[in-house]
Amino acid sequence: MAVSADHIREKLIKELEAVHVDVEDTSPERCAASFKVLVVSAQFEGKSLLQRHRMVNMCLAEELKAIHAFEQKTLTPEHWDKMKQQDIHISDMQPYFVFRNQ
Amino acid sequence: MNSLIRSTARCIRSGAAVSFLRPADGLVRAASARFLCAAADLQKDLGEMVKKDKVVVFIKGTPAQPMCGFSNAVVQILRMHGVDQYSSYNVLEDQELREGVKVFSNWPTIPQVYFNGEFVGGCDILLQMHQNGDLVDELKKLGIRSALLDAEKESK
Repeated sequence: MAVSADHIREKLIKELEAVHVDVEDTSPERCAASFKVLVVSAQFEGKSLLQRHRMVNMCLAEELKAIHAFEQKTLTPEHWDKMKQQDIHISDMQPYFVFRNQ
Repeated sequence: MNSLIRSTARCIRSGAAVSFLRPADGLVRAASARFLCAAADLQKDLGEMVKKDKVVVFIKGTPAQPMCGFSNAVVQILRMHGVDQYSSYNVLEDQELREGVKVFSNWPTIPQVYFNGEFVGGCDILLQMHQNGDLVDELKKLGIRSALLDAEKESK
């Protein structure tokens, strides 16, 4: 059975105590199962980017075996609140093919 | 030790082991990982491969011709910072390498970036480091001066 966005969302909420999760199924843009996720969790506090991404990878270890492409953004609740104030949506956040000098 | 060398030589002669980029891409070296033919040996080889250069990447395709958007992003970011000399391995050329590097790094996807033999992350992480200025600092630690620093100076 193919991995679903809902399944991913539930797992992230459960295992990382995520206070907010956005899962975008980007599979239509590519030829295989692909997802883009935004995870907001207090468990990320004090952790480096790599550590955070590894936490997400471990949480979704089984699912990732069947996923071809995976993008992730990991935020602490504080950072997320700041971004909400600026009204930024997940699809704005990682334009990997366009580089903005910030 | 001798039989190791002999079996390596056999692999290379059979043409399975080493391929180099066309001269046009001279600065960036790419090589296949098949020095030895077993998975366990690949893990050992990877340990050496990631230390061969300050910057080592495993991507789909080559820096001259990336075959995936994420791999292309890694190549473009490095290019923007003026990083021209690095080792690049094309996982599409070698299925064992493609799977083996995921085991080695304990990371499920390609591209993968190494600085000084240490795993940095994939495209997401490199992009975020680029956007928040960390990449310039990390390159500095490697003894590489980012081209963006000069670009900044010129614009002032």
